[in-house]
Amino acid sequence: MNIIGKREPRVDALGKVTGAAKFADDYNMPHQLYAAVKYAEFPHAEIVSVDTAKAAALSGVQAVLTAKDVPGSNRFGLGGDIRILADDRTRYLGDVVAVVAAESRALAAQAIDLIEVTYKELPAVFHPEEALKEDAPKIHEQGNEIVHHKLRRGNVEQGFAEADFILEHRFTTQAIEHSYIEPEAALAYPDEQDGFVVIGSLQNFYTSHKAIAAALDLPLSKVQIIQSTMGGSFGGKDESATMLAARAALLAQKTGRPVKMLNSREDSIRQSYKRHPYILYYKWGCRYDGSITAMELKAIADGGAYVSMSPFVTWRSVVQATGPYHCPNVKTDLYAAFTNNNFTGAMRGFGSPQVNFAIESMMDELAEQVGKSPLAVRLLNGFETGSVTATGQRLNHEVSLKHALLEAASASYYGKKWAENRLTKNKSNPIRKGIGISCAYRGVSLGAEGVDAASAVVYIQPDGSVNVSSGIIDMGQGAQTAMSQIVAEVLGINLNRLRFLQPDSGRVADSGPTVASRGTIMGGGAAKIAAENVRAVMEKTLREMTEQEQADFLFENEEIFLKKGNGKGKRVAGFDEVVARCYAKGRPLFASGVRHIAETNWDEETGQGDAYFTYVYGANVAEVEVDTETGRVDVTKFYSVHDVGRAINRSMVEGQIYGGVAMGMGYGIMEEFIQEEGQAKTLNFDEYYIPTALDVPYMKAIILENPDAKGPFGAKSIGEPALEMAAPAIANAIFNATGKRILNLPANLEEVLLGKKLRRKTPRASVSCKIGPL
Amino acid sequence: MPNKKKPSSLSRRQFIKGVSTGVAGTIATTKLARALPIEKLEKAAPPEGHLPLELKVNGKPYQLYVEPQTTLVEVLRNELQLTGTKVSCNHGECGACTVLLDGKAVYSCHILALDAQGKSVTTIEGLLNGEELHPIQKAFIKKDGYQCGFCTPGQIMSTQALLLKNPNPTKEEILDGLSGNLCRCGAYPKIIESVEEAAKVK
Ligand code: FES
Ligand code: FES
Repeated sequence: MNIIGKREPRVDALGKVTGAAKFADDYNMPHQLYAAVKYAEFPHAEIVSVDTAKAAALSGVQAVLTAKDVPGSNRFGLGGDIRILADDRTRYLGDVVAVVAAESRALAAQAIDLIEVTYKELPAVFHPEEALKEDAPKIHEQGNEIVHHKLRRGNVEQGFAEADFILEHRFTTQAIEHSYIEPEAALAYPDEQDGFVVIGSLQNFYTSHKAIAAALDLPLSKVQIIQSTMGGSFGGKDESATMLAARAALLAQKTGRPVKMLNSREDSIRQSYKRHPYILYYKWGCRYDGSITAMELKAIADGGAYVSMSPFVTWRSVVQATGPYHCPNVKTDLYAAFTNNNFTGAMRGFGSPQVNFAIESMMDELAEQVGKSPLAVRLLNGFETGSVTATGQRLNHEVSLKHALLEAASASYYGKKWAENRLTKNKSNPIRKGIGISCAYRGVSLGAEGVDAASAVVYIQPDGSVNVSSGIIDMGQGAQTAMSQIVAEVLGINLNRLRFLQPDSGRVADSGPTVASRGTIMGGGAAKIAAENVRAVMEKTLREMTEQEQADFLFENEEIFLKKGNGKGKRVAGFDEVVARCYAKGRPLFASGVRHIAETNWDEETGQGDAYFTYVYGANVAEVEVDTETGRVDVTKFYSVHDVGRAINRSMVEGQIYGGVAMGMGYGIMEEFIQEEGQAKTLNFDEYYIPTALDVPYMKAIILENPDAKGPFGAKSIGEPALEMAAPAIANAIFNATGKRILNLPANLEEVLLGKKLRRKTPRASVSCKIGPL
Repeated sequence: MPNKKKPSSLSRRQFIKGVSTGVAGTIATTKLARALPIEKLEKAAPPEGHLPLELKVNGKPYQLYVEPQTTLVEVLRNELQLTGTKVSCNHGECGACTVLLDGKAVYSCHILALDAQGKSVTTIEGLLNGEELHPIQKAFIKKDGYQCGFCTPGQIMSTQALLLKNPNPTKEEILDGLSGNLCRCGAYPKIIESVEEAAKVK
């Protein structure tokens, strides 16, 4: 292979290092208006009346809208319950009751203060277990249970009866803010023919497209969504970004002028959905040899105010809740409940970081109880090729779990250090060293969650230069580069012939969301098919040129050779020459490709079925230093091993691994989105800490490649696997260092020192500033 | 023909043409009057509550009227249309808005425009030397020192400030110099490699 697997620079490199890349807020138009929002004042209240008269009368204010002014559908999302503008009630403090468009930002803000809303306050609920009680205040008519997924396999009672001992723990995980460095922004404007254009930072712009068109009461064809360069998303710029873009579009429709809407960091954190906090009850029946006879698991996710992705997030959890381990008897129940907190939805990992923390902590406990090393119990219980998962799916591909574990262990000298750290536990030095291991498997792409298809187009221009586009979004992970490399490989051309065009809603067919680490396997798969389709047209011309009807050709280094038959290996023509011939014959070189995989099935009652069409495997090792006097945890080294099927671009795979580890480390020891009575306490980076260059450890990325039949050139996924098992590796390292089992994330000072979280009643911290104004 | 060119021979020529076309290139006009050339500005009366500001940006002198509470980044992005400088926290916490003020790194969201009076500002747009990328920019491309690229202008400007002060930084000094720039994509190891590379070739 010529281009696949290389460390090619990104195709969008220049714009990113010169400042020329245009992110959503970098687009402006003449006569544009600026928008601002009126927030809910109670986490749960009935909206009695909204008086906008004073705001509308302010000079320079061009429109004030409430839910009543939405011409089409004011609600969207998986549950059809997310309000673009709060209508009947407010359900969390990020709800928006009214929006304003004015000649300046300052004026818009001034107008917001003039809007008067009368509420009837309702009892609220902020804890998911409380919310599921009979007498809890109902947040939506249907009650507070969003979903209940079940998995039943074997007979757990019998499994527990066969066990030598029972291992039981309650774990909790926290809400997390995505913290994409680019806050949400959109510019909406009327087009020339009574339609509208929205330029925005949207992760899943096909779903945004539908919601916005429905809100404006226009057909999809009249609303054009243009994807701007995205400054990160991590699952976060779905409904949150749609709400913002839809509000801008409604104001543009009302005023007939361009409207810019930009979230400040505080707006972004107040409105946006978070990673689901979970409460997890894990009960395992175990044998003294380290095997597991039964698992009974229950988890409750806080879904917040709206359905969002809760059903799918918890579905992934139910599939993966037993980890990559054999167990004949499993009973799992996964609930998501409405509360009056920020709603929770998609975030990199999507239901796996929570269960992985519990599973991998349990596995470490099991090792402790039976006197084996954590690596040994994983090797004893872990999946191999041909294993059957808790959902009854046989894993027929290469299951590289144990390979990954052994790689991680040997690269880090895990066994030796693990044993040493245990022996030195009682020394007087307050700084203790620890090492921890974790592993996981992950279903690739959407699985039985939904229709799984993606599209791409390849257009070879008459001069031989090539445009590629796909409905898969580049949020920074490098999807454009990966897809370009795939197309260049198929056509045997240099990467610099290619130019990737940002997708827009009229350019490429609905490709579904860019989620679930499906970018490369689905978008790349579609790009490969599109390139093959266009190559087929070239091959037809080539057969005529060589007068060999059965000939096969090799496209390589910008030239085409005969692959077999008469004159095998002979050069036929240069790439440009064939392109010119095709056009001369009236064969334009334009093709699309669709990758559709439908090999999944699921029984909602028993939780049995082929949940995903393939899986990836990985293992992590973390080394820490714990200050036993303060509880401070320093992650010093990190080893991350992943089987990616095939690395399309090594450098970008490493980038995904490093980034995933950094985010997983934040999840493990620092980050927590704190709400009190529904009120966000961590509204900016002075209170919500994410890892800096100084926090991240030395990291070693180890890439395994077992090409998968389902992926383009064998490629699978890396984005989410990179993050999903980092936190438990750190928690297990803390145990190795201190003998204290972390049951609640994050493992911050108070958790490590006291084993519980202290309540915070702090006002906003004062600004601390590394680079001062001189 | 686009072929045969090495991918690493990155020139700004082809891509820059695309930058200011179409909708994208049009500028916000609401406050434009205040960024007029000096001669015209003198004739216009200052808008109420505005004060005169003179500063140099990327070597070019500007004179404009600003409200006292206007931050430097607002002037750069909104008045001068230099949108390469990004705003993420607007709170002096993340470094996305880092520019050089008389050669030192500052958070431009956290400094009033009037505090830059008479000073010289360098933004990411000022690093290019005609068509030629700055060595730091080349190093970031070579080492893949970014993912989404939103924090990148800030990372590059912090690097520039660091290397101006200390052309041969140790790894610790690099980490310290860039610790005020958040990257949620977590590109840190490759950012650090990029800085090391830039220090090497400079
Ligand atoms: S935007 Fe200026 S420091 Fe964050
Ligand atoms: S590259 Fe995305 S935030 Fe740094």
